[in-house]
Amino acid sequence: MRSVLPILTVVMAILALWYGAAVMLNRQWTLDQAARAGQDLTIAQIVADTMAQERPKLPAPHQVGAELWNTTGAMVLEGRAFTRRSLIWHGWVTLSATLVGFGIGTGLGILLAVGIVHNRAMDMSVMPWAIASQTIPILAIAPMIIVVLNSVGISGLLPKAIISAYLSFFPVVVGMVAGLRSPDRMQLDLLRTYSASPSQAFWKLRWPSSMPYLFTSLKVGMAASLVGAIVGELPTGAVRGLGARLLAGSYYGQTVQIWSALFAAAILAATLVGIIGLIQRITLKRMGMAR
Amino acid sequence: MIWLGGVAAFWAAALALNVWLSNSPWRRTWAVRLAVPAIFGLTILVVWEGLVRGLGVPSVILPPPTAIGARIASSTSILWVDFVQTFVKGALSGYVMGCSAAVLTAILIDRSPFLKRGLLPVGNFIAALPIIGTAPILVMWFGFDWQSKAAVVVAMVFFPVLVNTVQGLAASDPMQRDLMRTWSASYGQTLLKLRLPAAMPFIFNGLKIATTLALIGAIVAEFFGSPIRGMGFRISTEVGRLALDMVWAEIAVAALAGSAFYGLVALAERAVTFWHPSQRGE
Repeated sequence: MRSVLPILTVVMAILALWYGAAVMLNRQWTLDQAARAGQDLTIAQIVADTMAQERPKLPAPHQVGAELWNTTGAMVLEGRAFTRRSLIWHGWVTLSATLVGFGIGTGLGILLAVGIVHNRAMDMSVMPWAIASQTIPILAIAPMIIVVLNSVGISGLLPKAIISAYLSFFPVVVGMVAGLRSPDRMQLDLLRTYSASPSQAFWKLRWPSSMPYLFTSLKVGMAASLVGAIVGELPTGAVRGLGARLLAGSYYGQTVQIWSALFAAAILAATLVGIIGLIQRITLKRMGMAR
Repeated sequence: MIWLGGVAAFWAAALALNVWLSNSPWRRTWAVRLAVPAIFGLTILVVWEGLVRGLGVPSVILPPPTAIGARIASSTSILWVDFVQTFVKGALSGYVMGCSAAVLTAILIDRSPFLKRGLLPVGNFIAALPIIGTAPILVMWFGFDWQSKAAVVVAMVFFPVLVNTVQGLAASDPMQRDLMRTWSASYGQTLLKLRLPAAMPFIFNGLKIATTLALIGAIVAEFFGSPIRGMGFRISTEVGRLALDMVWAEIAVAALAGSAFYGLVALAERAVTFWHPSQRGE
């Protein structure tokens, strides 16, 4: 609780910087307009104008907030929450791809990690590649996956989900391998003295002790999945989803739209990671591992 | 049929070889540790080649590795131009600017516990956000050339490095800091001789995370507009022309560049933090 005040101060400072930057960046356009009309503007008029431009270089925070409200809350009140102009609809398109991809990627990642821990040949052949793959800009292949799957006739949610799955896969593999190996020799030996079978050792020792690692990598994987889904929406030509809103905004110079899509994505990411954090808190507490 | 049969035979042989190698008495030697993943990678390439040829997959869907290799060999000049544009101008310059700005900021805010308590959660929060989304905005501000890519990279690497550095600066233990005080060391001396060296493992952790982010940022920012060179530009246009061998060639270059970049930073880490338990280990 004692860090509420510092956090608020920092957020306030960021907002103040943002307003200042908005005035600086948008001033030129205002001055040009005034010069063309042959007017002289006072400082107050300039500042007021920079806050309310149609296509500002940097929209002021309240403009972004208003656009966010207009495309979400206001549309819900009008009963048009799932129309094409609504960010809720675009957000849902992105979210569904993210969640499907995250599910697939996490599931496969855990399976591979179990295989790696129990099979030495798999460990030695796959593990170096799984680690190396984290240093590779995997996101670069997103456009290709989309276009190739499109030409085979698969479009819509699945290609984006595949990219998401791919991005969340490797963090989960690496994290879970570390987690499943985290019980120390002594504990494993103890289970052997009980003559526990490998599956008992897995369910009673390895799996529970991998939980903290699992949740950490789930958070990383979830953030990566969302980025994957957003980038996956770029090559389809700005039709649906938050990524499409970003691209369309950049085509038509609609900066307010870009910023509101960006904030929607940020809120989505924060919520998803927050939910995992909450589940982590509850699970670890019930398992007696809370720190 | 010959291709498919050959693939199956090769796969079975490689699998048997790997299983045998990894259970053999020499499994701890470095040669075997290197050979097993190499055989696995080679198997994937052979299976890929064989399946594409055996099943007659058209090259607009998946080109065989040999075609990609031939494309890399025949278009080295284009690949080099793209590499310079995206990696050296975009990613590397942004990486240097972003990381040094982050380390300097961390040292500055480290003097104020109040700022630290406020900035750390906010920085952690921002580090988890899809910052790549700022790419269209920054491209609009800084133009199509490498400056906008460097700006995206700066935005992407700044917070991970900042958060890690702030944590690292707190890593020296109170006993060591007290010792510095008994020697009446100044703030600057304590910083240079104790706290920065102690922070190095954390800083390098951030720097290593940032290598991948830098390359991703530079490539994806090019999807939003770029001059007619650059890896992201080439990938998006060649995908549009269905010249997938060129796309794979760019991806191979990106993968190599990413791993080499990471490897270099890891080497630097080994040289700087030779005293840390994680480096002394094996």
